[in-house]
Amino acid sequence: MRLTPIERSMLAGEHGPGVQRAMEIVVALGRIYGAKELVPVESVQVAGVSYKNLGRAGLEFLHEWAQEGARVRVPTCLNPAGMDLRRWKELGFDRDFAGLQLQVIEAFAAMGIDATCTCTPYHMGQVPSPGAHLAWAESSAVSFANSALGARTNREGGPSALAAAISGRTAKYGLHCEENRLSSVEVKVKCSVEEVADWGALGYLVGKQVQNGVPFFGDLGNRTAGESELISRSDESPFASSLTEKLKALGAAMAASGAVALYHIRGVTPEACAGDMLRPDHTTVVIDSLESGYEALSQGGATTEIDLVWLGCPHASLSQVARLAAFAEGKRFLPDVWITTSRHVRAQAKDAGYVATIEAAGGEVVADTCVVVAPVSGRYQTMATESAKGACYAPSYLGMAVRYGSWGQLQRAMLTGRWEA
Amino acid sequence: MELTGRVIKRGTAAGRALVSSEPIGFLGGVDPDTGVITEKGHPLEGECVTGTVLCFPTGKGSTVGSYTIYWMKKVGAAPAAILNAESETIVAVGAIISDIPMLDRLDLSRITTGDWVEVEGPTVEVRKTAE
Repeated sequence: MRLTPIERSMLAGEHGPGVQRAMEIVVALGRIYGAKELVPVESVQVAGVSYKNLGRAGLEFLHEWAQEGARVRVPTCLNPAGMDLRRWKELGFDRDFAGLQLQVIEAFAAMGIDATCTCTPYHMGQVPSPGAHLAWAESSAVSFANSALGARTNREGGPSALAAAISGRTAKYGLHCEENRLSSVEVKVKCSVEEVADWGALGYLVGKQVQNGVPFFGDLGNRTAGESELISRSDESPFASSLTEKLKALGAAMAASGAVALYHIRGVTPEACAGDMLRPDHTTVVIDSLESGYEALSQGGATTEIDLVWLGCPHASLSQVARLAAFAEGKRFLPDVWITTSRHVRAQAKDAGYVATIEAAGGEVVADTCVVVAPVSGRYQTMATESAKGACYAPSYLGMAVRYGSWGQLQRAMLTGRWEA
Repeated sequence: MELTGRVIKRGTAAGRALVSSEPIGFLGGVDPDTGVITEKGHPLEGECVTGTVLCFPTGKGSTVGSYTIYWMKKVGAAPAAILNAESETIVAVGAIISDIPMLDRLDLSRITTGDWVEVEGPTVEVRKTAE
C-alpha cells in the first residue's frame, strides 16, 4: 500500500500513540481488503455509542484512547446513545445506566466529538457532498449517504470509524472504488409501492434476497414522479420531502434484513441519473407482492393490544415530527407514543410548537436515542411501527411483539391502543 | 513445521493451539471475564481460549466484538495469539487495539488442538504433540 510521508509518520508514532493506533487500524483494514492507498474522509459517523451495546469493555477502551491523545480531525457525529442524554430521568431510565452512558459521552467529548447522537445526520445539516469519501457506521445512514446522496462509504464498525476520524483517512476499498458501486442484481417491482410502510416492506423483501449485493431498481422511478428534490441544499431546510422518507425506509429495511449498503433507482438516485449502474452479468429478482414482507415484519403472536407506538426509525426529520403533531392536535393517545430523533431536530420541533402539542396528547419526542439501543426491555409487550428496520430488530433485541403497518393503522393504534389489520 | 502468514498485528507469542472449524463471534459468544466460549452448539463451546494460540477461520457477529477482545486482554483472559484463515474487521481491530499478535492467510488444517505454536512476525512454528 502506498502511504504519503505524513501517513507514514503517523503510523510510526510521530504524532503520538493515539494517532498511531488509529493509523494501525486504517492501514490493517486496507491491507486485509486489498487497498492500494488511503483517502481523506469528509465526515465520520461513529457507532458503538449506547452503553447497552458497548459495555464496560468499550467504555474502558474509549477512555484509554482519549488519554493517549486521540482527537478527531474531521466533523464527527455519534450514533444514537442508550437514552435521551438530558431527559433520561423523566423518561424513566435507570440512574446507574445513565451514569455509565454519560461516561461514554465524556470519553467521546475528550476526543473532540460533540454529543450529537443520531442515525440521520443528514437531517441536521451534515449533508455529504456527492462523491465525497466518508466513514459512516450506522447501516441506514450508510445506505442513505451512498445511495440517495451519492457519497462513498463502507459500513464501518465502531472502532474503525473512530480510527478514520482520528487519522482523517480511510483505506480505499469496497464502496470507495467506482467499480464496486455497480449493481449485480436488478429488482423488478410488479406491485404498487405507495406509502412509507410499503417501501419498508419492499426493502425487507429485497434485503433478504440480495444480502450484501447492490440492487438496482429500474422501474421504481415512476412511483416517485413529481416529488420534490431529495434534500434541499440551498436553504438547509430540515423539512424532508416525502421521497426522502421513502428512500430512508427502503434503505434502512434492506440494511436490516440484508446488508445492503448501496442501491440505485433509475432516474432518482444521483449515480443512476448519470448513467446505467447495472453490471452486464447481473441477475434479476422479481417482487410481485409486498404481502409476505408485511407478514414477516409483524412478529409475535396474534395480539392486538398495543402498548407502544414507535415513530422515528431512522431518526425522524422535522417533517415527520410535524406530521405527528398535526395528528396529535386536540387528541389523547392511549398507548405510549415515542418519536425518536436528533437533539437538533427536537430543538427545532420545540421552537415550532410541535413538541408541546405531542406532549399534550401524551406522546414523547425523545432525542439522542432509539428504542433498539435503549434498555427498555420488559417495559413494553407489543409495539406498533411503520419502520421495517425497527420491526426487524425489536423482537430479537427487546423481546417485543411487533405490529407493522401504515400511518393510517398507526393513527388508529395511537387513539385506541389496538391494532386493526 | 513452519508456516508463513500475513501479519495483521505484529508480535511474538507462544502457546498451545486451540483450533475451531467454525468462525468465532466474540460479543455474546465468549465470556469476556473467563475466556470461555459460550455460544450454544459451537464446536469449542465450554473451552477456554485464555493463553492459547487461537486458530479459527474468520470472525463473525457484532463489531462491538473488537471491544470484547480488548476487555479479555485487560483482565488476562485473552488468547496469546490469533491465527485466521481469512481475517475480517472485527477480530483484526480487536487484535490491534489489544496488542495481540495476529496473522491470517494460513492453512489452519495443518494445526491441531494441543500443538505447541510459536508466533514471531509472519512466521508460525508448529510443534506436534507426541501421540
